[in-house]
Amino acid sequence: MPKNPNVKRVLVIGSGPIVIGQAAEFDYAGTQACRSLKEEGMEVILVNSNPATIMTDGDIADKVYIEPLTAKVLEEIIRKEKPDSLLPNMGGQAGLNLGMELDESGFLAKHGVTLLGTTAKTIRKAEDRLEFKETMEKIGEPCAPSLVVENIEDGVAFAHKIGYPVVLRPAYTLGGSGGGIAHNQIELEEILANGLRLSRVGQVLVERCIAGWKEIEYEVMRDGAGNCITVCNMENIDPVGVHTGDSIVVAPSQTLGDKEYQMLRSSALNIINELGITGGCNVQFALHPTSFEYCVIEVNPRVSRSSALASKATGYPIAKVAAKIALGYTLDEIKNAITGKTYASFEPTLDYCVVKIPRLPFDKFITAKRTLTTQMKATGEVMSIGNNFEGALMKAIRSLEQHVDCLRSYDFSALSAEELKERMKIVDDQRIYLIAEAIRKGVDYDTIHEITMVDHWFIDKIAILTEMEARLEREPLTVELLKEAKRLEFPDTVIARLTGKTEEEIKTMRYDNGIVAAFKMVDTCAAEFAASTPYYYSVFGSETEVEETHPKKKVLVLGSGPIRIGQGIEFDYCCVHATWAFAREGYETIIINNNPETVSTDFDIADKLYFEPLTPEDVENIVNVEKPDGAVVQFGGQTAIKLTESLMKMGVPILGTKAEDVDAAEDRELFDKILEETRIPRAAGGTVYTAAQAKEVANRLGYPVLVRPSYVLGGQGMQIALSDQEIEEFMAVINRYEQEHPILVDKYLQGKELEVDAVCDGTDILIPGIMEHIERTGVHSGDSISVYPAPTVSEKVKETIAEYSRRLAAALHVIGLINIQFIAMDDEVYVIEVNPRSSRTVPYISKVTGIPIVDLATEVIIGKKIRELGYEPGLQPAADYYAVKMPVFSFEKIRGAEISLGPEMKSTGECLGIARTFNEALYKAFLGAGVNLPKHRQMIITVKDADKGEAIGVARRFEKLGYIIYATRSTAAALREAGIKARKVNKIRQESPTVMDLILGHKIDLVIDTPTQGRDKSRDGFLIRRTAIETGVNCLTSLDTAAALVSSLENAASQGEMTLIDIATIARRGKA
Amino acid sequence: MKAFLILEDGTLFEGIHIGAEKEIISEIVFNTSMAGYLEVLTDPSYAGQAVCMTYPLIGNYGICKDDMESDRPWPDGLIVRELSRIPSNFRCDMTIQQFLEKNGIPGIAGIDTRALTRILREKGTMNGMITTNEKYDLEEILPKLKAYTTGKVVDIVTCREKYTLSVAQDLSDNGPISGSSQFRQEAYERGIREKKPSMVRELTGSGLKVALLDLGAKANIARSLAARGCEVTVYPAFTTAKEIIDAKPDGIMLSNGPGDPKECTEVIRQIRMLYDTDIPIFAICLGHQLMALAAGADTYKMKYGHRGGNHPVKDLETGRVYISSQNHGYVVDTKNLDPKVAQPAFVNVNDGTNEGLSYTGRNIFTVQFHPEACPGPQDCGDLFERFIKMMWRKKNA
Repeated sequence: MPKNPNVKRVLVIGSGPIVIGQAAEFDYAGTQACRSLKEEGMEVILVNSNPATIMTDGDIADKVYIEPLTAKVLEEIIRKEKPDSLLPNMGGQAGLNLGMELDESGFLAKHGVTLLGTTAKTIRKAEDRLEFKETMEKIGEPCAPSLVVENIEDGVAFAHKIGYPVVLRPAYTLGGSGGGIAHNQIELEEILANGLRLSRVGQVLVERCIAGWKEIEYEVMRDGAGNCITVCNMENIDPVGVHTGDSIVVAPSQTLGDKEYQMLRSSALNIINELGITGGCNVQFALHPTSFEYCVIEVNPRVSRSSALASKATGYPIAKVAAKIALGYTLDEIKNAITGKTYASFEPTLDYCVVKIPRLPFDKFITAKRTLTTQMKATGEVMSIGNNFEGALMKAIRSLEQHVDCLRSYDFSALSAEELKERMKIVDDQRIYLIAEAIRKGVDYDTIHEITMVDHWFIDKIAILTEMEARLEREPLTVELLKEAKRLEFPDTVIARLTGKTEEEIKTMRYDNGIVAAFKMVDTCAAEFAASTPYYYSVFGSETEVEETHPKKKVLVLGSGPIRIGQGIEFDYCCVHATWAFAREGYETIIINNNPETVSTDFDIADKLYFEPLTPEDVENIVNVEKPDGAVVQFGGQTAIKLTESLMKMGVPILGTKAEDVDAAEDRELFDKILEETRIPRAAGGTVYTAAQAKEVANRLGYPVLVRPSYVLGGQGMQIALSDQEIEEFMAVINRYEQEHPILVDKYLQGKELEVDAVCDGTDILIPGIMEHIERTGVHSGDSISVYPAPTVSEKVKETIAEYSRRLAAALHVIGLINIQFIAMDDEVYVIEVNPRSSRTVPYISKVTGIPIVDLATEVIIGKKIRELGYEPGLQPAADYYAVKMPVFSFEKIRGAEISLGPEMKSTGECLGIARTFNEALYKAFLGAGVNLPKHRQMIITVKDADKGEAIGVARRFEKLGYIIYATRSTAAALREAGIKARKVNKIRQESPTVMDLILGHKIDLVIDTPTQGRDKSRDGFLIRRTAIETGVNCLTSLDTAAALVSSLENAASQGEMTLIDIATIARRGKA
Repeated sequence: MKAFLILEDGTLFEGIHIGAEKEIISEIVFNTSMAGYLEVLTDPSYAGQAVCMTYPLIGNYGICKDDMESDRPWPDGLIVRELSRIPSNFRCDMTIQQFLEKNGIPGIAGIDTRALTRILREKGTMNGMITTNEKYDLEEILPKLKAYTTGKVVDIVTCREKYTLSVAQDLSDNGPISGSSQFRQEAYERGIREKKPSMVRELTGSGLKVALLDLGAKANIARSLAARGCEVTVYPAFTTAKEIIDAKPDGIMLSNGPGDPKECTEVIRQIRMLYDTDIPIFAICLGHQLMALAAGADTYKMKYGHRGGNHPVKDLETGRVYISSQNHGYVVDTKNLDPKVAQPAFVNVNDGTNEGLSYTGRNIFTVQFHPEACPGPQDCGDLFERFIKMMWRKKNA
């Protein structure tokens, strides 16, 4: 079927800010879809509130709106741009819900907009629990006995009938928000109440618990003519009960015979056919481990995290093909981009094994529960490819960058076999390490299987790894043993540790005996057809397939690994743009990365893609084969920066800012010297290693002080300490892992925080703009609301910042990007920190100023000068609109996480508000972050004593907007004294009704709770904040944020029409 | 123990010996299915060949005897990257190691199967030797390898005597239907663990007699017909056309099988006689090739064939594409096909080769791929329904 001639202007909805359960995979899918549509000559209009994405670039779509994803905004855009079609299934659940809302309201029909791809009717059939169940019954596909309930009583009655435990799944939520397993009535009532509230339609499915069954997924494609294929199937090592996003997953399935494989495949195709899906779809099954009984768990009628994983695991570009199907093509008309010979109507076959491990944020939220449930908690994931399972698992483990490199990385050796059996009952992210220890302690496979329900096959594979550990420890290291250890992907570091040799000795022994990595190709067809895609993975003990490439200059771009809090897709944006810029300059580009969700690991971004861990050894394997002319590390976040030294040892020149200059910015003494030379002031401080030293420095400076490790991103481990006791606590947390670098203790200065990202060519510096943070210093820059252009600082401060930036860049000999953070107190400017590399704000500032700084940085790295590139150096004139970057958090997903803002970053994503006025921009940013107020016009204020004065101002403004203000005793007194009619409400442990009852009553819009300094997890404040978050109530912990919110609400009240700004226009203007 | 795979072009792979201790010379082919190694091993079409599985992890779920496509494995040898140390499946009867040993099949593990596949893809299917003899002499071996042919393998794999399959009287004879609510609620509660998931939903073939000519038939061809209610009588390949016609079947099924179709001169002669009757005929794989040869068309050997479970075939009548299970090294040449005899009905989307024929003016249709699946996708199972409809039309005419 040829493409539909009526489709010319397509509106694509992105997924908005990155939250747990909806992450970079949608930037990958959306970018692929947009490029695929443009390839077909479509005009693409893109809406996404997330400025850090690649899809929101002027060169990806024709019109780009970084606007809040609400029905109202979309309606405005549709009126303005008049698209003929809407593609809703690339933006995850958020995009799909929005598309549905517009369809249901009749707006699309009225404006002549067709929904492309899967129809609204299909989406309803797949997403509405009741309709889905009925459809499955009609075609004889089994679901677990279940009932959709809209109130608690029905839920309790049904659970009583089918028996506990039961699983609860709210309809229309993402990442399984609000779901869980209830083992008794008390748990049921609690989870159900929450789920009913979170569901967009107030429905929750209560179903028979199939926990412990095998969880198997199929990625399926169907075109408009009804042709169906499965792209990939995947098996979760963690059985049903753990969200697939938090499970270790292997592709293809390992423990299914052809009967089971085909039974579920046929079922998946039956389902996709009956639902009439056109495009991609994910079907999840539970398969009874000792029978052929299975249940359909759920169907996602859109691209998903799993489809991104399946695309990367197989080389089959699901989103790209789905976009073409949406235009009317059939699968047999779409070329397989990898082979260039075959067509999209085939099923990829793998001749390797893929392992995915989730990146869980428990290193950030050390107080949070590590337990894994049906509620997803992972912020990102890593994927690895090998030709045996053990090796793929080992590669994936070391790709995580969580201080793990083998199955001994969590030490449970102190536990006895009995203790291990108990401990294994807890399902958490450490389970494979526990299983490994249980095997070491002689617990038999059957027992481990009974407790964990992990299949014997996987247990045996873990055993093979523990046996190798033991052999390396006990036996002399022969060539044969070393070969076998490398086949299982034991890194040299681990072999060295286990054999008591040095890493260098192991490497020498390997090289002397020809034990080197070979590279194989991912080609979708198990080598049946010749493939032209240079997409590689490494294995030991095979012949290499990498072909000698043409004599162009060759550059290695190091990716940023899994998405984590503090290192998000911003860095993928930078890597991808740098890669494109190098390619334009005639370089051959090579990307190394291990994150299956991102654009950088799409096989057609760089000339060559290596899907590998980002450790020195793994990178060296590639360097040995590719012999690049240089590597860039400044775009890949801390992951890439950490590899600088190793790359230099391998003889690979670092392009751009030199390694010693990067060091100078991080090394306290060197940096202090530079500041002295350049006459730039900074907060006093010192470097320490121990708690005793830290206390000494702190007492010399006077509290409060800022404590942080050096060489980290996202302020990991950074804290404000008020006392010796807190110093001890924080130092203990930081020193959980051995620190290679000293810990910094600085005097804490409270002032305005400002930030610049700039490009320096060694002589001149180009500063696109200055960003000002709404929250005072002390809140991590990634968690602050950031405004461009800086709205409240004087010209003098701006000039000083420009001047200091120039001096710093010159002193550090920066070639490429530099990020500098400042504090302004009155007209005094202090520098907080300098990072001679890309930062989280790079995509944001590039987009809102129209100055493509990654491209410019790349050109500068190659040797061009800013002036040659058509830019006048220095601080660029400010824009005539405001852009507000708003952090977005995923606190509701992580039980037990402290939500109060501090020097350690906690946000998972961001969105943008852009408008002619500051207040409107602010309003849009809040709206984009999901703060859609007012609703009930009731709020709670409880602030620490020091904040009471400021709280009065904020409260008065809320009162003016019609808010009823509840406050705890002392706050209420202060407010009343100031003439605000605050209602006093009891503290948690007092008589009912208390603050808690109010929050749980679902009548509160907002809680403002400023925590007493330090960590007060045990105190009431923590409980109030957690309850608010888990009840879906907005909770602010900084009065600056609260003041910004009230400004935005005042604006909303006074303003009618929203202004829309096409980012692509800014981009084109910037380039001109 | 060390083992070696020597190809006729002199390429040498060193690996570990698996299975029976025996030296073999055979035609080396590769199969790209990710699951279903037992079905591959027990498919008689592999007689005279040694199979390399491109998926690197083999034996993961052991051997489930229920899944065998004939009563023994047929390949001369098995070539894998890695055999699983333990099997894991609730139905597992034995390990693949035991199975190979018991049935006298040698093999080699631990070799770079992807490198081997690339060689076969580039140079075409080749003969080779699997040996544990470390003192092998290439000069002596290579001429032997070049001289090897699969020969008249159909004679080896076909059944010795005709037999009749029991017929499904109702759907439950096929085992509870996977996914059916009946199975879920009642059977499961009774503790029944389904053994043969079946996708058959109706007994459309009840009352029809099918004669199946066993050229090396996979068990699931007869099972697919019997499961739909057909009474299936399986005849040895050397049965005369007369004997089959005299039995007055409602339809004739020509099975898959091994080797070069042109070697089967006598069978082709008999099939020509079947062709000249008006009994509905459905043929699969070798049966399809033999029917084409019987009707005057030609076949040729492909460079490296189609073996796997992911080949797209397009139904030229409807335009629909199906993912099919395949195993063939020869193919019908449609270049000089007389449209008055037959028209292409299916085509391979990847390489455009013929995947099925519809015989002009006759109740005959034949396919190159495997609608009986096992291993592989079950997407084309309704071709058996088509055959049943064809038989009913003829019977009721």
